[in-house]
Amino acid sequence: MSQDIQTFEAKPLSARFKQIAFGLLFLGLGLSVLAFLVDSHRALANYNVIFALLVSVSVGNLFLFAIEYLSGAVWSTVMRRVNEIFITFIPVVFVMGLFVLFNTHSIFHWSHEEAVKTDKLLQWKSPYLNETFFTIRYLVYFLVWGIFAFFMTKNSLKQDESKEQLLTYKNSKLSAAFIPFFAITLTFYSIDFLMSTEPHWYSTIFGVYYFSGTVLAALSVLTLAIILLHEKGYFGNILRRDHFYNLGALLFAFVNFWAYIAFSQFLLIWYANLPEETFWMIHRWEKGWEIFSFILIFGHFLIPYFSLLSQQSKSNLSRLKFMATWILIMHYVDLYWLVMPSLYKEIVFGWIEISFIILAVGIMLVLFLWRYNKIKNIVPIGDPKLKRSLEFHL
Amino acid sequence: MENKPLYSVAATFNDVNKTLAAVQKINEAGYKNYDVHTPYPVHGLPHAMRLKSSKLGWVTLIFGFSGALFAFLFMYWVNVIDYPLIVGGKPFYQLPAYIPVMFEVTVLSAAVFTVVWMLFIIFKFPNNSHPLIDTEYMKRVSVDRFGISIQANDDLFELNKVKEFFKNLGAEEVFEIYYKIDELKDKPKIFDKKFISFLALTSIVVSAITYFVLNQLLFMSPFNWMHEQFRLNPQKATTVFKDGFGMRNPVEGTVARGYLPYPFKGKPADAEMKLVNPLIPTKQVLELGKEKYLTFCSPCHGNFGFGDSRLRGQFPNPPTLHSDRLRNMKDGGLFHIITEGQNVMPGYASQLTTDERWAIVHYIRVLQRSVNPKESDLR
Repeated sequence: MSQDIQTFEAKPLSARFKQIAFGLLFLGLGLSVLAFLVDSHRALANYNVIFALLVSVSVGNLFLFAIEYLSGAVWSTVMRRVNEIFITFIPVVFVMGLFVLFNTHSIFHWSHEEAVKTDKLLQWKSPYLNETFFTIRYLVYFLVWGIFAFFMTKNSLKQDESKEQLLTYKNSKLSAAFIPFFAITLTFYSIDFLMSTEPHWYSTIFGVYYFSGTVLAALSVLTLAIILLHEKGYFGNILRRDHFYNLGALLFAFVNFWAYIAFSQFLLIWYANLPEETFWMIHRWEKGWEIFSFILIFGHFLIPYFSLLSQQSKSNLSRLKFMATWILIMHYVDLYWLVMPSLYKEIVFGWIEISFIILAVGIMLVLFLWRYNKIKNIVPIGDPKLKRSLEFHL
Repeated sequence: MENKPLYSVAATFNDVNKTLAAVQKINEAGYKNYDVHTPYPVHGLPHAMRLKSSKLGWVTLIFGFSGALFAFLFMYWVNVIDYPLIVGGKPFYQLPAYIPVMFEVTVLSAAVFTVVWMLFIIFKFPNNSHPLIDTEYMKRVSVDRFGISIQANDDLFELNKVKEFFKNLGAEEVFEIYYKIDELKDKPKIFDKKFISFLALTSIVVSAITYFVLNQLLFMSPFNWMHEQFRLNPQKATTVFKDGFGMRNPVEGTVARGYLPYPFKGKPADAEMKLVNPLIPTKQVLELGKEKYLTFCSPCHGNFGFGDSRLRGQFPNPPTLHSDRLRNMKDGGLFHIITEGQNVMPGYASQLTTDERWAIVHYIRVLQRSVNPKESDLR
């Protein structure tokens, strides 16, 4: 396969995409500002949910990027540029998170000093759960993610120009260093921003639970972006069934992994039957929240499981596109299910939630548009693995 | 030579790309019954051979789900129907606890039955012969060559044409592969001596190893470390408490669940005065009383309470239960006698629960009224 380098040049996205992206962003912004005026408490909780969603998408893609280098994967090299687009969301996500940081009182019960005074458990946890340390940790997370994202994407882009093979080796070393940091920071991020909305609860598997969802969200946005770009002809004819099959197989694997972890968390809490753990689950099984729990059991596991089970379905583009969208929505539901029942006794879901979903989609599309316009080539043309990636067969 | 039926014509190639190109050409020429042999898995080969995806996956799926269903039904039967036992304060039917087992059995049965199906249905085990085995061709392609074999049962097969075809495709060597007549005749049986003795040997070895590990090895040092734990063993001295007793006496005044201390020990008069039968003589209570009376009381007192013992003089006969004294005695008095015993009769407190003793009292009243009925009973 002797493709001319010219054919890999990134074609500009259509004007319609731009219209939709900015349209959704402004619509979402307008609605969510209105939501803040109507019910700032609920709006902030929703903002925390979509903030977590954007962390999932950007940091999860950084993880996929590192895994490609670590495993020496060949099939995903052609898709890495799209991967990098999502990684470069990280600085913007950092700025978004500052808004949560300035409004901790509305979201986190432990940040109220009067509440801590009368609560033995919160007093005991206060060396960790206090606003100063919380802010420090937030900065550390984004410092770690930002540094690795900056250097790894920089190396990858530099390779396009210099064709230097050593840069691949450098990125492999950076990836190896990144994985333990990633494991620790993502675990603590999930504890801080999602789990601590219910500060009385205990679960030692929570970090892994959020990680499984993160990878799913990252994979589904990646799959969706790749398939849409492929169908609109941005990739030319370089992507084949075999490339999509791998995306589908990974999605399927992580759907199972999520279910495994989610059930592990549930089973141990159910078996041990300790009041300080069970109340969290019971709360999500009553007063309307059981609807969300059921949606997760069926929508987050059973439906994607059976949809992606057969070999053909993993490379069926329309099926894959639908399931990627579906899983992304389910990840949102999952995050909503983690955060909102801690703050509301009875089920809440309405226009405020919808407006924040629109805002999240708008932000992602505009960021995608902005970052896409910066890249020159749709595939990493300097990567030594590229030829093998183009010729990849199952 | 003429009698030997031809199985296929096979050719070796020394390059992957040449092989893939040859497969493409063979497809274009329209051959259907051919196979490719490579020393390692070649990516893209199934695609080039236009293989349809294997149907073995359906076997895995069906047996996987059957395994899950079997595990579920089995656990349901054991835990709910056959032997309901409370474990950890959970209900008998407890889906969350079933799921890990269902998951494991799904994986196990899917894997095992896929292999078994492959061996017995697809490869037709115990048949282990194939014309390609033990040929020069197979020796080459299992080391450093790639091979294609076009079978003689293909519609387009013509010996010389296929040989020529292979030469044109750039084959290194071309082989004619024949069925081995004696192997064709010799139909392998499942009860083959060799096979059965192999099975027997395997089972003996596995059993011996299992026996040795579970009954011998685990009791040898240092594998017996689990036996020596920092804990109190029953009937053994301990260093934890000063008096050396491992088993502690309950705190003074402790009452076991379901057993109330009897407050009228040695005070039959008090018992008769103060105790009131808590049970209402329903059919159920009377039946319980009858059952317990016939079990514990009738050997001495007789089935109808006449004191006509079946013990034939080994014990002194007790007095009849139909005497005026006993008929006029209050329920509490009878209860006291059953509880504490009287004269030669031992107390039954350890054999009969409080409720059972009261039920017997009711039953004795029934016996008494059947012999000396009230006026109202006769009307």
